[in-house]
Amino acid sequence: MSEDANLFAQQEANRRRSTWLTVGFIVFFAWVGFGGDLAFGLLTADAPPESYHHVIPVIGIFTTLVAGGICWFSWRSGAQRVLRSTGAWEIVEAATPAQRQLVNVVEEMAIASGIPKPKVYVVPDPDPNAFATGRDAETASIAVTEGLLEALNRDELQAVVAHEMAHIRNLDIRLMTLLAGMVGAIALMSDGMGRMLRVGRFGGGSRRSSSSGDGKGGGNPLGLIVLVLWLVTLIVAPVVSQILAMSVSRKREYLADASGAQFTRNPLALASALQKLADATAPTRAITRGAAHLCIVDPSPGLMSERTGLLADVLASHPPIAQRITRLRDMGYLGAAPAPDDAREVRQVGG
Amino acid sequence: MATIVLLVVLVVVVLWIIGAYNGLIALKNQVANAWKQIDVQLKRRHDLIPNLVNTVKGAMEFERGTLEAVIAARNKAVSATGVKQTAQAEGELTQALGRLFALTEAYPDLKANQNVLQLQEELTSTENKVGFARQLYNDTATQYNTKQATFPTLLVAGLAKAQPAELWEIEDAAERAVPNVDLSFNKPAT
Repeated sequence: MSEDANLFAQQEANRRRSTWLTVGFIVFFAWVGFGGDLAFGLLTADAPPESYHHVIPVIGIFTTLVAGGICWFSWRSGAQRVLRSTGAWEIVEAATPAQRQLVNVVEEMAIASGIPKPKVYVVPDPDPNAFATGRDAETASIAVTEGLLEALNRDELQAVVAHEMAHIRNLDIRLMTLLAGMVGAIALMSDGMGRMLRVGRFGGGSRRSSSSGDGKGGGNPLGLIVLVLWLVTLIVAPVVSQILAMSVSRKREYLADASGAQFTRNPLALASALQKLADATAPTRAITRGAAHLCIVDPSPGLMSERTGLLADVLASHPPIAQRITRLRDMGYLGAAPAPDDAREVRQVGG
Repeated sequence: MATIVLLVVLVVVVLWIIGAYNGLIALKNQVANAWKQIDVQLKRRHDLIPNLVNTVKGAMEFERGTLEAVIAARNKAVSATGVKQTAQAEGELTQALGRLFALTEAYPDLKANQNVLQLQEELTSTENKVGFARQLYNDTATQYNTKQATFPTLLVAGLAKAQPAELWEIEDAAERAVPNVDLSFNKPAT
């Protein structure tokens, strides 16, 4: 009962987070638009009557509509976009024994987790990695790289697929897929706005904006403050959205490891699979930064990947693999993984 | 005042009864569904076995007894009904298949044969599916049994006509002892 209640609580929490994320996203875009309008309006308020006055908040209306559009698009086809960005292709009819095995393993895990069988995709990349995406269990897809199919044996493949199934069942995929779409959109927007500012300088009159700044008794100080605030938001937004994506993902990984182990009843297979994924140091090139938080291990491990603490919690998309392996080995009544940075972990001798 | 308190308590109790009753019924249906899942996988397994026997028959002329045992166990499993009988028949079939696979290891022709390898993967997967379906069934059934036997859900168990669901147990001591035959043709585990 507790497990079931826990599952529903997880799903409910993810639904709620998804809603808040969408609301926050639209509010942010509205601020970017209407804030810009406000700054522009205040700055042009003192201008001579014959010159341009910014009264109708066109930028705000435009960006809010765009934000709504992006949300709708992320919801409808975020999963397809993530899959397409990695170049993944769907296994419709398994051609090789390895593909057959993958499809079989996915079917097995669908039974074990009690959800419908997701679509199966292969990402053409030699580095082993895997991710799941979609809105809910009915529209979910699981993608694994070619490198994963080659590197893992049947039990390990099963463990990785079980981990992804756990993400699907917990509805992590909904939150993660929405995030992927929005992180991408924010990066794009920030980039575009920055370029517009550099080139356009507020609607063509490049000299006028500078004269309104120093001439006429300092222009409008309130307008300048709003403008500065607005610019800061634009600069900080991509970083903040990325951090948000990563901190959300980081917390979900331990849970998915544990539920995945519960499906296979074989935590050690996942531990050894993670070890193999960690040993393959090459970055997964097919998976871009925007989809990194969807993957089972960080596709491009950086400085923070194997650290703990607040900074690492904020900056890395995944918990340290060594720690995940240790937890899984504990579940299987084995001691800590014999990794050098695990020396502080208490060794347990299994019975 | 007292009547209002009484009314509130009554409403809470009625709401709780509805919730507990619905919870039990939902679980009951989940148990039935989990059992259906096992059935689907068992059917698949039964369908695959004649194929496998036909494919290996030529190369394994000398193991006629083993092949016949597999077919006999399969036919017995097909006609089994009820949780207990099915569990036992399927257990015997698993053993017979295990022996057959152990023997195929001795035939290099078979080990290299694409068809056999494919069938082996299919059967491995089906065995796993049976296992996972059984796991899901047992988990759900245990949850159902625990819920209807513990307080306070116990009070509405009669109302929901809840009966303890039978678990799929491994009856045969020999099956418990069956070694794990690794049929995967990928690289060995590390």
